[in-house]
Amino acid sequence: MAEAAICAGCRAYFGYPITPQNEILEYMAARMPAVGGAFVQAESEVAAINMCYGASAAGVRTMTSSSSPGISLKMEGISYLAAADLPCVIINVARGGPGLGNIAPAQGDYFQATKGGGHGDYRMIVLGPATIAEAIEIVMLAFDLADKYRVPVMVLSDGMLGQMMEPIKLAEPVDPGLLPAKPWALTGASGRRPNAVTSYAMDPRDLNRINTKRQTRYRQIEEKEVRYRETETSDATIVVVAYGTVARIARTTVKMARSQGIKLGLVQPITLWPFPYAPLRALSNQVNTIITVEMSAGQMVEDVRLAVCDRAETPFYGELGGLVPTPKDILREVQRNVS
Amino acid sequence: MEQSFVLAGFGGQGVILAGKILAQAGADHGLQVTWLPSYGPEMRGGTANCTVVLSDEPIGSPVVDNPTVLVAMNLPSLDRFEKTVAKGGTILINSSLIARTAERNDLQVLNVPVNDIAVSLGNSHAANMVALGTVIKATGTIPLELIKSAMVKMLSHKDNAELVAVNQQALDAGYNAV
Amino acid sequence: MSVNADKMVRVFERPRSLTDAQFSYCPGCHHGLVTRIVAQTIDELGIQDRTVIVAPVGCAVTMYEWFRCDGIQAAHGRACAVATGIKRVNPNLIVFTYQGDGDLAAIGTAESIHAANRGENITVVFINNQIYGMTGGQMAPTTLVGQRTTSCPDGRNAQLAGYPIRFAEMIAQLDAPVYVTRQALYDQKRIMAASRAIKKAFQCQVEGKGYSLVEVLTNCPTNWRMSPAQSNSHLMDEVVRAFPLGDLVDRD
Ligand SMILES: Cc1ncc(C[n+]2csc(CCOP(=O)(O)OP(=O)(O)O)c2C)c(N)n1
Ligand code: SF4
Repeated sequence: MAEAAICAGCRAYFGYPITPQNEILEYMAARMPAVGGAFVQAESEVAAINMCYGASAAGVRTMTSSSSPGISLKMEGISYLAAADLPCVIINVARGGPGLGNIAPAQGDYFQATKGGGHGDYRMIVLGPATIAEAIEIVMLAFDLADKYRVPVMVLSDGMLGQMMEPIKLAEPVDPGLLPAKPWALTGASGRRPNAVTSYAMDPRDLNRINTKRQTRYRQIEEKEVRYRETETSDATIVVVAYGTVARIARTTVKMARSQGIKLGLVQPITLWPFPYAPLRALSNQVNTIITVEMSAGQMVEDVRLAVCDRAETPFYGELGGLVPTPKDILREVQRNVS
Repeated sequence: MEQSFVLAGFGGQGVILAGKILAQAGADHGLQVTWLPSYGPEMRGGTANCTVVLSDEPIGSPVVDNPTVLVAMNLPSLDRFEKTVAKGGTILINSSLIARTAERNDLQVLNVPVNDIAVSLGNSHAANMVALGTVIKATGTIPLELIKSAMVKMLSHKDNAELVAVNQQALDAGYNAV
Repeated sequence: MSVNADKMVRVFERPRSLTDAQFSYCPGCHHGLVTRIVAQTIDELGIQDRTVIVAPVGCAVTMYEWFRCDGIQAAHGRACAVATGIKRVNPNLIVFTYQGDGDLAAIGTAESIHAANRGENITVVFINNQIYGMTGGQMAPTTLVGQRTTSCPDGRNAQLAGYPIRFAEMIAQLDAPVYVTRQALYDQKRIMAASRAIKKAFQCQVEGKGYSLVEVLTNCPTNWRMSPAQSNSHLMDEVVRAFPLGDLVDRD
């Protein structure tokens, strides 16, 4: 993922050690100087995200990474990034929580990522890769979306993706010098009017206007950037919805179920915000049951239920504390709901 | 065709590295591969394990309920995973350290004294390579030469020509043990 | 030689304030020594039943499980703030924090300085091992210039990452602290001196005098990739040059 960021033209990385994402920090420590980028091991996650705020304002493709407890500390900075319309990529290699929890894979940060987390009326694009190959693509995409809409983008992965190995192919590296210019960036007011990056607007009418304009952009994102993957849904009578690692595990469950004659399909949301409400709404007219599976006590399931309403049953199956469901565990839930 | 391997043993028996070499060789052979180490509380109980999946199609779950191959380097690993191995699969039992054989009779069981073989080659740390050599022969998925070159690749960051040589002998010895 | 059991004198035993639980530190790590010294101090001062441990996030994260004392686990870096909260609502408790250099001198800088500046009547035991132990050996604010870690693979470059921070000296600039000292454990004499310093720091609190900090230069054989013996020589030859030993404030 770190190399994918470099490929995408990222030339500034700021981080603070936390397991299970130290590999990104350590990789960037060696690699960033080699490509002429900036690397700082900050004194805290609060400092790291604010270094991002500065580097992004200066016009450079910028990234930070952490894991759940550290992401909590970054939330203040993310609110400021969103409010100042600054692009930035934030990788969360999520772990068991709340509090210190443990370092096993978990999906308990969905609410924090998709429903705010920091203060104020803001949104952040949230992308959930299921495999390392997807993570590579998604990191590249994250930088493009962040620049295009001037928003922070989070890649919400988990410790399993962080520990796994599988072969990958990297795309052609982007030359940061050839990226579209950022006329809003702080580059020195020579021969132009000064730029100001700020989230402060004392007059309520001003803040209202600025916020409304930003909301218009959010609506565009909702219209154009929804991404998801459907597997074997066309003739399905029952569907699993899962993202990230769980989606990948469920792909095997689909094969197992099909070999037993159960017409199981899978929907994997890739953008967790904007959430793929429409395809789920459509499916809810076709199938009887839509099971949400998460490594949490049930967070994304709230969005699934918003999409489905009462057109289909929407049971939930979750593992807590960093336990990972196996393909058979998910199959058992499917069988229970078929009979 | 999909094969899944669980390699399990005490921490320090080198099962994690053996799994990495298998995965690297699988990728070099043009297969899809995943390599997943055990994590969290499992690591504490004295056993380490990793799961390697090799397939000619995109791999779904890297977490496997029923592996086709189990390499059990110690008794706790055999106790824990024996029941999970798929019917018709293979279990390699490190008979140097495990006094019993498998209870299953619906699969192939190989009792190989991998530690003793490694010791006879002069390095007990090469037991993992003996085991790897044996399962490579038994499953026939990947040519031994690719395993050897993957091993060299994996160890290239250390300057240990000696270790590489012993490991090569150990792979051969394991390969020829069945 | 026959031994008469009646005449044997116990000269060494496990401090009473410790449970039977095993420390989770690596073999040869000075963390174990300091933790033991703290336990001994608690025994000697007879304060086991009113001591509250504020455990950090770091290798000592489960410290509260090893003591027959109440304990709390603070968020990374926030131990001094947590200790402040406890002490302010119940001044009869003996409250100490036990923090690594990442916890105290990086992410917890603000909390650590301001608790000292307010002169909170707490004891801070500061483990300076010049590295992030628990997370696998990244650079700490105390890492020596040129020292290699996983996040400065070519050695700490002062141009990019600054210099080792001398936290005890910073704290010593403040008016409120009562006792601030830096100790080490690389030989028997040093261990005895460090034990006395830790006892004195707790005593200050027991007597209601105010804030004290004991910085202890320690090793991390695992992440320094050294044997315990090598690590002791390294402390004695290199580390003390960047971090001079001795008392910095003594208003006792
Ligand atoms: C907010 C937050 N960021 C990062 C971490 C990860 N983390 C755990 S321990 C630690 C630092 C350990 O180093 P130190 O404080 O020097 O103590 P030692 O382990 O060396 O005793 C870090 C960064 C965390 N738990 N929470
Ligand atoms: S990692 Fe280092 S500091 Fe932590 S217990 Fe081990 S030797 Fe001690």
